[in-house]
Amino acid sequence: MTQLHWLAEDANWRARLKVLRTTTFAKPEDAWPEAMALANLRMDFVRTNALDQTMRAVFGDKPPGGTGTKPIRLALLGSCTMAQLHGAIRVAGLRRGIWIDIYENDYGQYMQELIEPDSGLHAFKPNIVLFALDAHHLAAGLSAQFEQADGAAAVEEQTNRISECWRLAREAFRCPIIHQTPLPVHPDLLGLNEHRLPGSAARVIARINQDLRPMADAAGVELLSVDTRAARDGIAAWHDVGLWHRAKQEISPTAAPFYGDMVGRLVAALQGRSSKCLVLDLDNTLWGGVIGDDGMDGIVIGQGSPLGEAYTAFQEYARDLSRRGIILAVCSKNDEANAVEPFEQHPEMVLKRNDIASFIANWSDKASNIKAIAAELNIGLDSLVFVDDNPVERALVRQELPMVAVPEVTDDPITFLQAVSDAGYFESTAITDEDRVRSAQYQGNRAREALKSSTTDMPAYLRGLEMEMIWRRFDRIGLQRTVQLINKTNQFNLTTRRYTEEDVVDVMQSKKAFGLQLRLTDRFGDNGIIAICIGKMQDEDDLMIDTWLMSCRVLGRQVEPTTLNLIAAQAKKLGAKRLLGDFIPTKKNAMVRDHYVKLGFDLAETHDDGGTRATLDLTSFVPAETFITVTEG
Amino acid sequence: MTEPEIYSALTEIFQDVFMRDDLVLTPTLSAKDVAGWDSFKQIEIVIATEERFGIKLHTRELDRLQNVGDLATVVASKAA
Repeated sequence: MTQLHWLAEDANWRARLKVLRTTTFAKPEDAWPEAMALANLRMDFVRTNALDQTMRAVFGDKPPGGTGTKPIRLALLGSCTMAQLHGAIRVAGLRRGIWIDIYENDYGQYMQELIEPDSGLHAFKPNIVLFALDAHHLAAGLSAQFEQADGAAAVEEQTNRISECWRLAREAFRCPIIHQTPLPVHPDLLGLNEHRLPGSAARVIARINQDLRPMADAAGVELLSVDTRAARDGIAAWHDVGLWHRAKQEISPTAAPFYGDMVGRLVAALQGRSSKCLVLDLDNTLWGGVIGDDGMDGIVIGQGSPLGEAYTAFQEYARDLSRRGIILAVCSKNDEANAVEPFEQHPEMVLKRNDIASFIANWSDKASNIKAIAAELNIGLDSLVFVDDNPVERALVRQELPMVAVPEVTDDPITFLQAVSDAGYFESTAITDEDRVRSAQYQGNRAREALKSSTTDMPAYLRGLEMEMIWRRFDRIGLQRTVQLINKTNQFNLTTRRYTEEDVVDVMQSKKAFGLQLRLTDRFGDNGIIAICIGKMQDEDDLMIDTWLMSCRVLGRQVEPTTLNLIAAQAKKLGAKRLLGDFIPTKKNAMVRDHYVKLGFDLAETHDDGGTRATLDLTSFVPAETFITVTEG
Repeated sequence: MTEPEIYSALTEIFQDVFMRDDLVLTPTLSAKDVAGWDSFKQIEIVIATEERFGIKLHTRELDRLQNVGDLATVVASKAA
């Protein structure tokens, strides 16, 4: 099944697209929200291409302003026809608010273009490279008469070629690399024990796919594993043999929207923009029936009935997601006591009260409650996924909070798991230790809030938190988290500059710059990396604070002045006599407008767009005293 | 399925593929008459037609398609 079944249908989609196409917008960026909305509705490949053509007619070939995300220049390098994928990839970017430009190599010329510095590929300057070497290309030259050694050599020749592609792309463009696994399209020659025929194309492709996994891990390459996806959907859903002969398309156009969406997930994950939190309704979503009416012995959950087992399976899936770092929340129309009871008392419940980081059960509307959940967890609404069996609630949340992902499901609980997993909301390229402990961190936050509301004496509260800030220069171990924060943080972010891993490595290696990652611990636990600062010497005396961003989880805890103390100390080590701090306004960072002035900087410049530059004389700077102990480690 | 029903469904497909609500299908309409009707659009039309009518066109049938009339004929012979 390659339909985007988790996206809601809109009977007016066609009419809305026409309005978008025929309206004259004062600024192209005014059209962006409606284009994004259309991209988040159900579409087949024809509609996907129609939206793509409309998008290019409205926006031209330049990203509109105000997207708040880093525009992507994606080089699609492969050995067969891929033009049917372009529109789907661009639309999948739009679905996530990311502008994507695509370059495709001249037919079959990917290696030449990688090698030739004056090729179109080099002129394009991609910031993501996607390799799509098709199965026929990789299986060329095989013979069914091959001996064991010939077969092994054939696999090695192809995997070496792939490694060489990765190396060339990395050296030339220093950007993330995605590799699409080849589809298992070849027929069997031996049969069910095909792996015993060394020269079988089916076997060689299977071996290449096997070898690609550890190779990609070692090389830091992300896989676009269409082979495993096709194993779920059936290879015929992905590859049309007739179309291969007719047009040399490895991926069938009907599967292009799904393919594009998978590319979109990886692109978003590389920018740290995957969803973080699964918000769950209760009645008829986590169990069958209505707890307030049916009571503890009336709700359906657990072994013994097919329906109960389906709810259990969904709960197990949610629990497993939370174990790998996804936050769980509950949003239910219920009396709180009723809503909590199954979590605490029902023996068949998989999810326990402690698994839920934010639990809201009342009779207010769900949009307001979802906002409250985001506020309590200190995460953006665009990192929430809301699952509810009730179409009215889904429609309300989609209308009021278009940035919240609301998968389309039926009243059959097996569709909940299917929708959440197929949509790939939580796509992650790695599991960091941070992810594993994140849920626990959010639990700790709730305890902190409780302490805060029972304490009116702020200094005593802060002292009582026993905070410790542990700082390190940027390093390889923290690289992923650093990049994630740089690309995901919107609110407490002075300049909103987005950087790739390679950019961060540049800062690490520069002698005229520093990058700091700050961790905060307190008596409730480890908050993880909560702030990132990058300073760059501008000339002999001035250090520019290129990037200063912070997690909103730790607002109001004196982290800002403590961080300034650190920046000042690091700047002095580089010989700076003055700090320069810029504020670049975006739609989301108004909260830090007066950040530098509050910290004692002098306002030096105010720009037309509301941006400012402030300066701080380091020769007379006196570090602020705070309740945070600072250590390097 | 009657011929008018087939033409009406094909018209919807063509209008979506070319994003032109004014497109009127006639049996003799062919690639040279419609701007943008290239080999990719041809594939889109065929696949959308297959999905719409729940049929599969064979390689030989595809090779013989010259215009909208040919497509309607092959659909009529296959669609229930």
